[in-house]
Amino acid sequence: MFLYLAKRIGSGIILLALVTTITFAMLFGATENVAQNILGENATAQDIAALETRLGLDRPLLVQYGDWMARAVAGDLGQSWLMGERVSRILSTRLPVTLSMVSLAIVIIAVVSALLGILAAVRGGWADRFIQLISVVGFAMPNFWLGLILVVIFALNLKWLPATGYVSFLASPTGWIASLALPVAAIVLSGIASASQQVRGAMIDALRQDYVRTLRARGVSQTSVLFRHALRNAMPAALTVLSVQFIALLGGAAIIERVFAIPGLGSLTVQASLSGDIPVVMGIVVTAIVVVVIVNITIDIINAWVNPKVRLS
Amino acid sequence: MSDAILVDCCNVNTRFGAHHVLKDVSLTIRPGETVGLVGESGSGKTTLGRAILGIGPVSAGEILYEGTNIAGVAPRDRRGNAAAIQAVFQDPYSSLNPSMTVEDILIEPIVARGLASASEASAKVNTLLDQVALPADAAQRYPREFSGGQRQRVAIARALALSPRLIVCDEPVSALDLSTQARVLDLFIDIQQATGVAYLFVSHDLTVVRHISHRVAVMRNGEIVEFDECDQVTANPSHDYTKRLLLAAPVADPARQAERRAAFRALAGEH
Amino acid sequence: MTDHETSLSNVRPVQRDNLALAVLSNPLGLVASVLLAVVFLTAIFAPLIAPHSPTTLQIFKINAAPGDGYLLGGDGSGRDVLSRLIYGSRSTLAGAAIAVVVAGLLGIAAGLVAGYYGGRRDIVLSWVSDGLMALPALIVLLAFYQTLGSSIYLSMVVFGIMLSPSFFRLTRNLVNGVKNELYIDAARVSGLSDLRIIIRHVLLVIRAPIVIQTSIVAGIAIVIQAGLEFLGLGDPGTPTWGGMLQNAFSNMYVAPLAILWPGFAISITVASFVLLANAIRDRLQQGDRVKPGQIPPPEVAAVPVRAEALPEDVLLDVRDLKVAYPAKAGWKDVVSGVSLTLRRGEVLGLVGESGSGKTQTAFAILGLLSEGGRIIAGSILFDGKDIAGLPEAEKHKLRGKRIAYVPQEPMSNLDPAFRIGYQLVEPMVTVLGISKAEARRRALDLLARVGLPDPERTFRSYPHQISGGMAQRVLIAGAISCNPDLLIADEPTTALDVTVQAEVLDLLRDLQSEFEMSVILVTHNFGVVADMCDRVAVMKDGAIVETRDVTDLFASPEHSYTRMLLGSVLDDSKTRTYVQPSVAEVPA
Repeated sequence: MFLYLAKRIGSGIILLALVTTITFAMLFGATENVAQNILGENATAQDIAALETRLGLDRPLLVQYGDWMARAVAGDLGQSWLMGERVSRILSTRLPVTLSMVSLAIVIIAVVSALLGILAAVRGGWADRFIQLISVVGFAMPNFWLGLILVVIFALNLKWLPATGYVSFLASPTGWIASLALPVAAIVLSGIASASQQVRGAMIDALRQDYVRTLRARGVSQTSVLFRHALRNAMPAALTVLSVQFIALLGGAAIIERVFAIPGLGSLTVQASLSGDIPVVMGIVVTAIVVVVIVNITIDIINAWVNPKVRLS
Repeated sequence: MSDAILVDCCNVNTRFGAHHVLKDVSLTIRPGETVGLVGESGSGKTTLGRAILGIGPVSAGEILYEGTNIAGVAPRDRRGNAAAIQAVFQDPYSSLNPSMTVEDILIEPIVARGLASASEASAKVNTLLDQVALPADAAQRYPREFSGGQRQRVAIARALALSPRLIVCDEPVSALDLSTQARVLDLFIDIQQATGVAYLFVSHDLTVVRHISHRVAVMRNGEIVEFDECDQVTANPSHDYTKRLLLAAPVADPARQAERRAAFRALAGEH
Repeated sequence: MTDHETSLSNVRPVQRDNLALAVLSNPLGLVASVLLAVVFLTAIFAPLIAPHSPTTLQIFKINAAPGDGYLLGGDGSGRDVLSRLIYGSRSTLAGAAIAVVVAGLLGIAAGLVAGYYGGRRDIVLSWVSDGLMALPALIVLLAFYQTLGSSIYLSMVVFGIMLSPSFFRLTRNLVNGVKNELYIDAARVSGLSDLRIIIRHVLLVIRAPIVIQTSIVAGIAIVIQAGLEFLGLGDPGTPTWGGMLQNAFSNMYVAPLAILWPGFAISITVASFVLLANAIRDRLQQGDRVKPGQIPPPEVAAVPVRAEALPEDVLLDVRDLKVAYPAKAGWKDVVSGVSLTLRRGEVLGLVGESGSGKTQTAFAILGLLSEGGRIIAGSILFDGKDIAGLPEAEKHKLRGKRIAYVPQEPMSNLDPAFRIGYQLVEPMVTVLGISKAEARRRALDLLARVGLPDPERTFRSYPHQISGGMAQRVLIAGAISCNPDLLIADEPTTALDVTVQAEVLDLLRDLQSEFEMSVILVTHNFGVVADMCDRVAVMKDGAIVETRDVTDLFASPEHSYTRMLLGSVLDDSKTRTYVQPSVAEVPA
């Protein structure tokens, strides 16, 4: 188990190195006139040269990369070119906003999908039809469009909730909920659409196994068969979907945060990449991958706990 | 002439990583002969069959086919008669591609060997179906339209397409019902008498092996513990393990079965 | 004895219908196909259909309400929304096509290689695929923005690469499933090359799931493309649905209605792709299976609950039992009028070939028919009480405690996620109401009783850590743990090696006399019958053809079917004599 974890962490680090290298190459390979972009149309050649020297852009690409890498390994992601702040500082204010939104959404997706999926697998009927409907609707409606519609209805017309903005949980828990209600509602639908389908499928699969008949024949109660035995065997499939959902939501935050003007990692990504603030973009890529790797390892650990074959091999 | 040998396995060894699956296995098959290979699950009997077919690995040793070593040579690299070695597998549901018609299945070996074009090969389909006693209109049907026994007949017809001198049969009747099993075994015997093909007949069932074999080899843990004339092995075995195997299989006669059970218990008690 | 084997009279003809036709005959599939056709035609003939140029600005039409020449109103710059929608279908479909082609080609090729060859290639490709899947696509696409620039199509190429794992995983898993099929071995033996095996046998079988996946990936690509355009990536000169949403978003306070149209266009197109995928999937999965509720419930004759007094020594009396499952043509009997009697302490063999209904009879007595199955007639008197029509809650009280079950496949009948010990203790606590500690003590005793050499260790093991023979002993221990009156054993030794079979039969016989159980032994093996049973019922096509004492049955079978079956037993066949074939007999 320890070896297994070490392997996963190791492969996460390799992934991180690979992706940052590719991103670095793509960003710097394509941006010849960074300084010009930063200073604007009217900059003199002298100003541009001075800025390039200050940012270290006049050095060969490999040297710049080596420098960035060395600092990044030491935990220093550098300084934003445009915002005049350290990248790590910017990230530390932006990441919690996005994480709190995405985590809230994942919890809701997990709970609702589990309930719907189990109900559909066991009872069929309306729950089954509902899941089928929601799977098409949730998949087909882009979540930012749903977000726009929710804003028009609940914020502009009914005025129940704020249209934009973010209140941190520590500042005001109710404000936090109010500010996240619409964006979270917009992003959970597609998640529920795919996760509830998976839970349903995995449960139906588990309930068809031979050992379920044998457990029933032994007098084990229906509740235990469902929630102890079948659910546990269905869990790995369901957890994998949650991990995929998490990654999708983390990326999708770029759009949804734009719609709701939430100052998170997503809106930072849009802002930094459109303006060419390369240190910030690199910082975001590093952060996003680290978060995903941590989430995936957590899910692996839960899976190993659920599934003895993984744990013991 | 009487000591003509078709296949000669000399000290065949197969290892899968740390698992030594075949340990110095030696076995001969004469032309037109059925050699039964019995053993329990994990004994290595299927591995030996796959090694002879060229779809399983050989770590050491030789498999001589008419004097040529074919160990480790993939089927498509085999030449001459060795290229015609064919197989009939256990599960007639998985051994026929569900999306191909019987005709396509039967001509595949002929076309694959470049022996004839697809249209020329088609002419042979009726003959093949006739050999396994299936009507000609079976050719345009799909495997799922047939019962288990009929599918196994199609599989046998495919094995006959290249007029092989050896067919490796891996548990070919284990998945069939009792009455079907008897008929398919009789078909195997008829075909052997008509064509002189030899069989390596792999099975866990000593009764089946006794019915069809001339000689029988008993495998256990990757070794052949006994290899002799069928009568000898199935009526008067010399090895303890063969005795156990023989007595363990219940016979369809309550009085005799009671005696055998007692004998089996006595034998088990000795160990 | 008619040889039904060699005639095709029993062959069931299979509809060889075309998948495309089948999908079109499904209402949702038809709607989806028509909608997609409309979107495609719109994209192709956009200049002919659009009432206005998508780029013509009319100042007085800025954010105009629908009507007056602009059917869906004007956008924030005074352009015709409808015309822009029509033109927008072009970039949408082109972008989706790019992503699908890139993802499909990469993913399928890599999946075939990884699945078919396995080994190191599989490890490397799977690692790359996992890595790509761990990347949040939008963040990467945004990070690359400076390089990819405003070309949405380049972004879709990159997105296609990031979507390729979905094809890779699907293809790899499908190939892994197919590659162990024996027909691949047969093809190899026939001398086919790897490439031809992949083309002829592998691709042929996995094409349908790939078509489904393509449809779904197209939908994902459209949504992501719209998202990128919404964020302002892409060429502002080209009308796109995502760009239109952005324009509507900027003018949301003035003309909120305008957010609807591009959203509808996206959703309807994506939904059509998904529905098409669903229709294909339904068609593929359908087969002969019928969903419960698709056909009317069976006409169950109001069978009065039987309450006649039976002789004291009769434990179980089944009368005219009929079991049916839903099929396309209505309810199909699998058991049609079975009657049997089981005395206390007796072992009854239920013997027959596959499809004879012997297992379904056993499941009916247990009250555990597979999904959809129903007892549609007859009675099952157990210890004087008719249990055929009993509600589930009542049947539940009998199972485990009074009626126990030993299955055929030992490994698949233990829950892989729980230790053996737990699986023994849990039912005892539930059924007998004893404490966990007491149940644990009894479980260990039982494990020792069924002949497991190290009960403590087995108790702690997971099912995959023990052998099949041990697992069957565990299942037997579980079955007898609550001291049942009736044990139903369904082919309990069929999956075992023959020496293990002999030991397990011995164990069952000893336990039967020790616990004074009645046993129904379902089997196809007359040797097992001769070994274990007091009486035998022979089944054929859902009915019992004769029931006899075991000695009588073997000595003088009455029914022709029984005689045919016993005639097929190979026990005493003569051995063959080897004759070297003359040269003439050897085929050329």
